[in-house]
Amino acid sequence: MDSSLLVDLSRSQFALTALYHWLFVPLTLGLSFIIAIMETIYVKTNDPQWKKLTKFWMTLFGINFAIGLATGIIMEFEFGTNWSNYSWIVGDIFGAPLAIEGLMAFFMESTFFAIMFFGWNKVSKKTHLLSTWLVAIGSNLSALWILVANGWMQFPVGMQFNPDTARFEMKNFFDVLFSPVAISKFLHTISSGYVMGSLFVVGISSWYLLKKRDVIFAKRSIIVASSFGLLVSLFLISTGDEAAHQVALKQPTKLAAMEGLYDGARREGIVAFGILNNKRKIGEKGKDEFLFSFKVPYALSFLAYHNVNSFVAGADDLVYGNKKYGIEPASAKIAKGKKAVNFLRAYKDAKKNQNLQKAKSSLKEFRIYEKYLGYGYLNNPKEIIPPVAITFYSFHIMVGLGTWFLALFLLLLYFSMVGKVEKQRLLLWLGVFTVPLGYLAGEVGWIVAEVGRQPWAIQGLLPTKLATSQLDSSAVGITIALFVIIFTVLLIAELKIMFTQIKIGPKES
Amino acid sequence: MFEKLSYLTLQEYWWVIVALLGALFSFIIFVQGGQTILNKIAKGEDEKDIIIASLGRKWELSFTTLVMFGGALFAAFPLFYAVSFSGAYFAWMAILFCFIIQAVSYEYRKKPNNFLGQKTYEMFLFINGGIGIILIGVALGTLFTGGNFIVNDMHQSHWTTATRGLEAVLNPFNVVLGLTLFFLSRAQASLYFLHNIDHKNIQKRIKAQLRNDAILFVAFFLVLVAMLFALSGVGYGANGFFVQKHKFLLNFLANPILLVLFLVGTLSVLYALFIALFKNSRNGIWFSGVGTVLVVFSILCLLGFNNTAIYPSLADINSSLTIQNSSGSFYNLTTMSYVSLLVPIVLGYIIFVWRVMDRDNITSDEIKSDTHKY
Repeated sequence: MDSSLLVDLSRSQFALTALYHWLFVPLTLGLSFIIAIMETIYVKTNDPQWKKLTKFWMTLFGINFAIGLATGIIMEFEFGTNWSNYSWIVGDIFGAPLAIEGLMAFFMESTFFAIMFFGWNKVSKKTHLLSTWLVAIGSNLSALWILVANGWMQFPVGMQFNPDTARFEMKNFFDVLFSPVAISKFLHTISSGYVMGSLFVVGISSWYLLKKRDVIFAKRSIIVASSFGLLVSLFLISTGDEAAHQVALKQPTKLAAMEGLYDGARREGIVAFGILNNKRKIGEKGKDEFLFSFKVPYALSFLAYHNVNSFVAGADDLVYGNKKYGIEPASAKIAKGKKAVNFLRAYKDAKKNQNLQKAKSSLKEFRIYEKYLGYGYLNNPKEIIPPVAITFYSFHIMVGLGTWFLALFLLLLYFSMVGKVEKQRLLLWLGVFTVPLGYLAGEVGWIVAEVGRQPWAIQGLLPTKLATSQLDSSAVGITIALFVIIFTVLLIAELKIMFTQIKIGPKES
Repeated sequence: MFEKLSYLTLQEYWWVIVALLGALFSFIIFVQGGQTILNKIAKGEDEKDIIIASLGRKWELSFTTLVMFGGALFAAFPLFYAVSFSGAYFAWMAILFCFIIQAVSYEYRKKPNNFLGQKTYEMFLFINGGIGIILIGVALGTLFTGGNFIVNDMHQSHWTTATRGLEAVLNPFNVVLGLTLFFLSRAQASLYFLHNIDHKNIQKRIKAQLRNDAILFVAFFLVLVAMLFALSGVGYGANGFFVQKHKFLLNFLANPILLVLFLVGTLSVLYALFIALFKNSRNGIWFSGVGTVLVVFSILCLLGFNNTAIYPSLADINSSLTIQNSSGSFYNLTTMSYVSLLVPIVLGYIIFVWRVMDRDNITSDEIKSDTHKY
């Protein structure tokens, strides 16, 4: 089970399928609301132009939605097929949000999708509009539950380890649902989807304006999408701030990697941009962290803990400990974790041999070290730090792009309001080329969240290497190859269909 | 309310929900059945478009029901999910791929510049309805016939055969179950089309198709029931697990309500086939739908009750899974039971949308005037 090749392949397969799935989800989340807003305007004004607008974006939504659905089912299967230990050890908590997602969200989405697409002549305008809104709400409810589950992986709450069943069991559903990490993660993720939806509409509409076709259609689309985009970008930035604050409180190792911070300090500045010094490794004090960097003074202390004087721990502090700031060395946690593992084994053996006294004393000892259980499976204190370079660069690309999106929406809205948007050719080209950057921002955001959580599947409790199924590496290798082939084929098909529909435009759709 | 129930009652309640979802899935896979007879009952593009439109407004329900079935199993019986999905790795992956290709095929099939061509997407639909459904039947069969796994005292599991679940296709019971499900889905597809489509030529061909599929379905179903009653199962008691001859027949006799549901369901399906073939009725789908749900529900319930293993281990009988040793915790099942109260609401809006969308039958004219079509 602790075969590093199997773990690497299992992680690769999950990363591949999750990142691929995330190419389609943000657009579903964002575009569904933009379409609902457009249809609302149509129902209010009765202007057929707005119906044409709604139907065109709905066509593109449908193309994206189909492949999003196709890739979504993979995640659910993979928890069982490739992460069976995970499924048992935390399934009691993780499974519930997943099932609720199916019941509350998937059925709503898939049922009202039929009316949204095929019900124009079968139901009243208002019922149709309601169905469109319900598809949007269903999509976003789906995001809620899966992000509650993911939030719990980042900050496990509301559960207790049961040594008899050898798993974590839920003790408080509302602690899981209303965990601050889950809430901030949900809000940040859905707002990134809304931004993506807005960028998509703005980008395609900009292209129409550059080509001097469908001008009124494109201008109206830009007004709706840039207004929506501007609002949700502000929301995205504020939820990002809260998400980072939660990371600082709950996952300091992730924060250290996000900032490339090895030596912690008070009044720490934030790196606006920088190039990491690859030679700086954990424990090699004295070497510079960056070859080049520009820092905003005090900002990291302030943003992380809302106090400019606060101490921000670096990777070295977290690995080797820092007495002054009460940080326990990782080696001490690992030693306690190994005691927890041994006492758990002793408890299980004593139970099997019906030695009740020994079982009782082992359990008592286990409870003392229980919270370090996950550390008992680590071998080296340095393991607690996630890969720094990929986390650092992903985080900074995401933040930089998020700031650019805000500026883009602001400029487009301004020029739309003053009636000069079609003359801003550079801005319109920027609008077109920002669409792929929106996808990039979403993908690197997930890399920060998931690579930054390593070495844990469940933060502090379950190392990733312990969570896999007992499979032959070759079996996972075969399925990775199959996924790569099918994903490539389907992506080519999706892009060709999408580009063709965009070229056809709203007139014929 | 639910917290006053015993742990065992909650485990049974959740098995009933899983069985109900499995039963509903067995009905809604008429979509898959329809995909496999597309080229037999439709000649020419217009007719194909009619069939695809009829199925296309329902396919997501079948997809979602499968996802929900998996989700409920994961949440309520996580050990089953962990053991079966990882153990029978290749079998589940094959099923997964059959459903990935379905999800894009309706939308992309006739879109201009779709890269793979219309025929490929129609082949995807055929694979989904054929191999996909037969393999799901085979996988369901393993709940009765067992799998080659061992579970240790930390509840970590491993599979003992290198073929990773593909060996299940060598078991005759599993295969017969798969084929029964396959022909049932096709027969129900014909019943659904009879009800849903107004088109003379298609109606004629549906009748001929239904006759063939109905005969094969009834034949496989009879064999399946005979095999089920003859099958040994794994029971458990205070002294552990043991093999019990005619376990499922005994379970039926111990649960007369399940036997009644099974008989009523069977008669209802047979009645549906009879009125469609010999009385020119177009309402067979409702009788066969209700009948299918009752039959599959009663058969799946046989596993969860009367101290029966829901997943026997062929490698080590003591590793066998039951609703008791594989379930979520008492707290988790209680919490999810409250969530399950939403089921009637979900069923309510599904019925509402179904009625709205199927108020008028599908005709050539409607398909031609439709602004969004598959």
